[in-house]
Order: sequence, then structure tokens, then C-alpha cells
Amino acid sequence: MAAETAGGYIVHHLTNLTFGKHPVEGWTFAYPRGFDPENVAAHAANSDLQYQYTRDMIAEMGFWAIHVDTMLWSIGLGALFCFFFAKAAKYATSGVPGGLQNFVELICEFVDTNIKDTYSGKSTLIGPLSLTIFVWVFLMNLMDLVPVDLVPNLFYMAGVEYMKIVPTTDVNATLGMAIGVFLLIIFYSIKMKGFGGFVGELTLQPFGKWMIPFNLLLEGVGLIAKPISLALRLFGNLYAGELIFILIALMPFWIQFTLSVPWAIFHILVIVLQAFIFMMLTIVYLAMAHEHH
Amino acid sequence: MNLNLTLVGQLISFAIFVWFCMKFVWPPVMAALNERQEKIAQGLADADKAAKELDVAQAKIEEQVREAKEEASRILEQARKQAAQTVEDAQAKARAEGEKLIEQAKADIDQEVNAAREALRGQVSALAVTGASKILGKAVDAQAHAELIDQLAKEL
Repeated sequence: MAAETAGGYIVHHLTNLTFGKHPVEGWTFAYPRGFDPENVAAHAANSDLQYQYTRDMIAEMGFWAIHVDTMLWSIGLGALFCFFFAKAAKYATSGVPGGLQNFVELICEFVDTNIKDTYSGKSTLIGPLSLTIFVWVFLMNLMDLVPVDLVPNLFYMAGVEYMKIVPTTDVNATLGMAIGVFLLIIFYSIKMKGFGGFVGELTLQPFGKWMIPFNLLLEGVGLIAKPISLALRLFGNLYAGELIFILIALMPFWIQFTLSVPWAIFHILVIVLQAFIFMMLTIVYLAMAHEHH
Repeated sequence: MNLNLTLVGQLISFAIFVWFCMKFVWPPVMAALNERQEKIAQGLADADKAAKELDVAQAKIEEQVREAKEEASRILEQARKQAAQTVEDAQAKARAEGEKLIEQAKADIDQEVNAAREALRGQVSALAVTGASKILGKAVDAQAHAELIDQLAKEL
């Protein structure tokens, strides 16, 4: 990481560590092409173009690429969540709870209350689903509060060029979860109303059977909008927050504190709120899937 | 925005985490919470029951205390009455005794007075006879003048 310009710095910080199948080079990490670490001075003038090259390379890989940093951090945080919650659950007693159990119970109860307020059906899935979404998204969002340069610099010292530590600023992560929720919406819709009922809901309203194409268009958009809005809301909020942290990091060091501290404090709200919204909307969508219109 | 395999990877890891949570986290925690809820509900019900039982016991105790007090005051009253009766009886008896004694003393006195009077009277009559005989120079026949002397003695 040796960004010379603000543009280069921003592009670098918004690039994932990507491993993929390049049409020419085969399976490889996307790297700053045209950059010779042995001879930095040689292209100091336009060294920042290297980051653009990396992005071009990722684009050329197309679908057959994987954001290693996103996967690493999201799975790591998910495992952390599973470890602590399973540990608390394993020793859960109905007696006086200890510190960790208390904390876990608090969150579980919070999630459960929200489910009971919205969702009337019986399901063994919705509880753990909502809990996982809330805690996992929260933890991934929380990475946004780690100083933007800290982890990328550490990894750079270890020889890794790119490291984007906030998985929810990667649209793949949010869309992956949203698609999971979307599949559950379809699954529960068909389970509760039958395939005919589900198709009927998509085609026979709001205008009756003589307007089937128009109905399908309306309801189809409504259905597709659910996962897309779910994914893009979370992604957009966190991406914007991250971008502002990066912009603040570009300023002279003596002004960074006065800007990044208030923004970080404000961002705590965004982090929790977005995790909560993702969870809440999942519950609402699944509750809607259970209802007959 | 590059949509790529990461999306599939996220979907899979999401599914795995949800499955894990469903298997190992949610059920035990919820079971513990529900159990505690029941325990607390049971505890509260027990406390209510105990409070009610306490009320009943307290009422019973009050009743018993009240009865005991009544009993005690009854006994005390009786004892007082008995004591008063005894004192009264003793007083009456003493008074009767005293009166009897006084009566007897009076009778004794009367008897003494009468005896003294009788003796005096005898002496006076003897004196009178002596005196008269001295005056008359001859003996007055006490026998002959007994009626007169007796009359005289009665006048004394």
C-alpha cells in the first residue's frame, strides 16, 4: 500500500482482497498490476493507477472470484458469535445466570420479544435466524469502528496488499444474506399457502384474473424488492459510513480526531440500527409470507 | 460492485451459522429462559400462597389471644369476686362475734351491777337495821320487819 493521491487511497481502501479465475492468468489473487515492489520510484508518478488495474482485473474475473477478506472476516465473526453464544447456551441454567449467560439471554430475549410482537406463527427457525442476523450483522458492522488504516497496514506489512475488514460494505455479503432470507420467504409462502396459493397471490391480485400480466409485474417487483432493498439498505449505510471514515483519514492528522470521533459515535447508532432493521424486516417479511391476503 | 462467488459463499456461511444457532444456541437459551420464567411464576405463586396462609394463621393467633385474654379476665374477675366475698364474710363474722362479745360483756356487767346492788342493798338494810336498832335502843327484829326493810332496800 503506497497510495500517492487521495483517489488512489480511496480506491485502495474500497478494493477487496480477491481470489479468482482470470481469463488470461487463471486462478490468482488480483494484484496491483504494473506495480513492481522492487522499484517503487520508477512509477511513483502514476503509482496509484495500480489500484485501478486491480479493480479492472477483478472485473475481468467476473463471477468466478471470491472476496477472501469478506469471507475471512464474516466467517471469523460468525464463528466468534457461535462460539460465545454456544458456550453460554451449553451452560445455560434456569438458576442465577452468570455474566456471559446474562448477556446472551438479554439479546435472545430482545430478539424473541421482537419476534413475538410481529410474528404469530409457530416456527423453530425464525428465532435462531433472527438472532444470527442481528448479532452477525452487528459484529460485521462493528468492524467499521476499527480505524480504517490499522488492519490494512498490518496486513500490508505481512505482504497482503488489500484488506477490507467490514464485510457489510461488500454488497456480496449483504446480498448473500438477503437471498437467504428471500429463499425462506418463498419457502414459507409455498409451505403455508401451497404452490397454487403462492402463484395466485402473485398473479390474481390486486386486479383480478383478467389482468394477470400486470398483476404479475406489480407483485413480482414487490417480491424482488424485498431482498434487494434488504441488501442495499445495509450495504449502502455501511459503505457510506466507511467512505466517510476514509475521507476523514485523508485529512491532516490534527483534524482527524475532531471529525472521526463524532462520526464514530454517530456511527454506533447506525451499526446497531442497521443490524436491527435487517433482523426486523426479515421477521416482518416472514410474517407476511405466513399470512393469507 | 462486483457480484461474484462471495455471494454464494456468504449464503452458505449464513445458512451454516443459522443452522448452528438453531441447533446449539437458541433452544438451550430459550429453554433456560422459559424454565426460569416458570420458576419465578411458581415462586410468586408460592409467595402469594404463603402470604395467604400467614394471614389465616395471624387471624387464628389473634382469635386465640383474644380468647385467652377473655379467659384471663374472667378468671381474674371471679377471683376478685371471691376475695371480696371472703372479706365480706369475715367482716360479717367478726362483727357478729364482736356484737356477741359486747352483748355478753353487757350481760356480765348487768349481772355484776345487780349483784353489787343486791349486796349494797343487803348492807344498807343491815346498816339501816343496825342504825334503827341503835336509835330505838332495841334490836329490830329483822325477821319481823323484813317486809319493811325490803321495801326500804328497794327504794334505795
